[in-house]
Amino acid sequence: MRVRALVIRILRQIIRDKRTLGLLIFAPILILTMLHLVFNGDDYVPKVGLVDIPEAFEEQLDLDDADITKYTNIESANKDTEKQLLDGYITFENTSPSIVLEGSDPNVNGATIKWLQKALAPLQSSDANELDIEFIHGSEDMSQFDYFGPVLLGFFIFFFVFLIAGVSFLRERTTGTLERLLSSPLRKWEIVVGYIIGFGIFTLLQATIIAAYAIYVLGMLMEGSFIYVLLITLTLSLTALTLGILLSAFANNELQMIQFIPIVVVPQIFFSGLFNLETISPWLNWIGPLTPLYYAADALRNVMVRGYGWGDIYINLFVLLGFSALFIFLNISALQRYRKI
Amino acid sequence: MNTNEVIVSIQNVSKAFGKQEVLNDISLNVYKGEIFGLLGPSGAGKTTLVKMLTGLDLPNRGENHLFQEKMPSLKLIEKIGYMAQSDALYGELTAKENLEFFGALFGLNGKALQSRISKVMDVVELSDHLNKTVHHYSGGMKRRLSLATALLHEPELLILDEPTVGIDPVLRMSIWRAFYELNEKGVSIIVTTHVMGEAEKCHRLAMLRDGRLIAVGTPEQLKADTDSSSIEEAFLAYGGVKA
Repeated sequence: MRVRALVIRILRQIIRDKRTLGLLIFAPILILTMLHLVFNGDDYVPKVGLVDIPEAFEEQLDLDDADITKYTNIESANKDTEKQLLDGYITFENTSPSIVLEGSDPNVNGATIKWLQKALAPLQSSDANELDIEFIHGSEDMSQFDYFGPVLLGFFIFFFVFLIAGVSFLRERTTGTLERLLSSPLRKWEIVVGYIIGFGIFTLLQATIIAAYAIYVLGMLMEGSFIYVLLITLTLSLTALTLGILLSAFANNELQMIQFIPIVVVPQIFFSGLFNLETISPWLNWIGPLTPLYYAADALRNVMVRGYGWGDIYINLFVLLGFSALFIFLNISALQRYRKI
Repeated sequence: MNTNEVIVSIQNVSKAFGKQEVLNDISLNVYKGEIFGLLGPSGAGKTTLVKMLTGLDLPNRGENHLFQEKMPSLKLIEKIGYMAQSDALYGELTAKENLEFFGALFGLNGKALQSRISKVMDVVELSDHLNKTVHHYSGGMKRRLSLATALLHEPELLILDEPTVGIDPVLRMSIWRAFYELNEKGVSIIVTTHVMGEAEKCHRLAMLRDGRLIAVGTPEQLKADTDSSSIEEAFLAYGGVKA
């Protein structure tokens, strides 16, 4: 009964605040759309110079998918490369090709080298068979967006729930309403449970809209079941909510709440699998397993990219629930400060 | 009005925050049916004392008893209506939604809740603004709505922390009229104030200064004992400065 009153009040407050409501739903949609456009753009077309190449060779090269300019001497090719008109050029000394790259942008280097390998392939010994590659998960067409997507989905839910719940509990403290709640028969656990249910209902709605948009409108890879995606985001939001409420106890105003973002929220992105954890230096990568987002991202990827089900995500979910239980426990003891019973 | 039934008994209560002593050995009784004033300048320890009575804080030494039971106790909380110094309302919600929420916390619902809401809004003369967002309320209206939320569950004891601060004299009078009306219905009221003139409206007064209780009695008694013409003079006399 009392919990229900608290839930209704929280939902009413969220609905009243149109701007925050908009932020919670449209900001993630906007950012996901932009990322989709960035990562699913056209492939880079390298600009390559050919310097004084014997015609016999040129006919053997596979020159598709690149911007080819022909030069008669190395100096002019070199000059254009310096001016960044070319990404690199090929010269032939005797019969072996030699390559010079402009080299200041690693992405361009990678694309150019990849193209060169393909272009020069016919010159290599011809008995190398084309490799036959089979994909257990994903496909050749899978883009970066498909791989980042699940992590980002989790991140947005975490970030916004953390912030909104934290600020709204902070306000409860600074406006004195928390004191008023505690001078009513409301139990401390009822406050925490009320918050969890109120924000839980809202997050479920938010996660459904964002995930549905990413999957059905932007075409993010989705191999598994939508229900699991919701289950994971709901569990993650529970962690975000309880952590937000807990940290709000250590902030005196909204600005101080925002100061937790670079300390608590942003670092989680680095360890959530957006970047390969194995390449992160060993004296830092132990942090990964301590962050909630790490487990949520792994579970989301298992469902969305690999199409796995309950058997492969339940451990992650239980770890997230463990985090939440810990935060709830700390929350209730933090409220002890305000009322001793 | 007063009977001899003690409903609040503060026994040798001391409180310190760290090294700073806020209350020093306070002992007081409040009787059923009284309007009891806690008078003192800001920083005298009024709010701390009142918070202990509502169970929001604990004394370092001594005990507080309400209705012959030791505080803090969740059972006692239901008998108290507490209005804090801050308005403690939800600005995004309407007055009605605020009252519905706080009412539900005390177990009110349905028709009973709605009839209580219209009754308390009548008492604080806000009936016309029931469906207005609290955001759009003036300071004085918020103060009165805050009082209304404290009255919702028909408490036997009202504890009001600076209820009329920042309110114009006309409104202040109407709020006091409401206090007297409630009091006639048998509600005991403890009210803190730093306004000397307002203190005269109470049946009995306790004067607090720097965490110490310097005097207790009816306003007339206090003035007579110190041979003063006003409460302010009496306060100065008890504080050790003869005007």
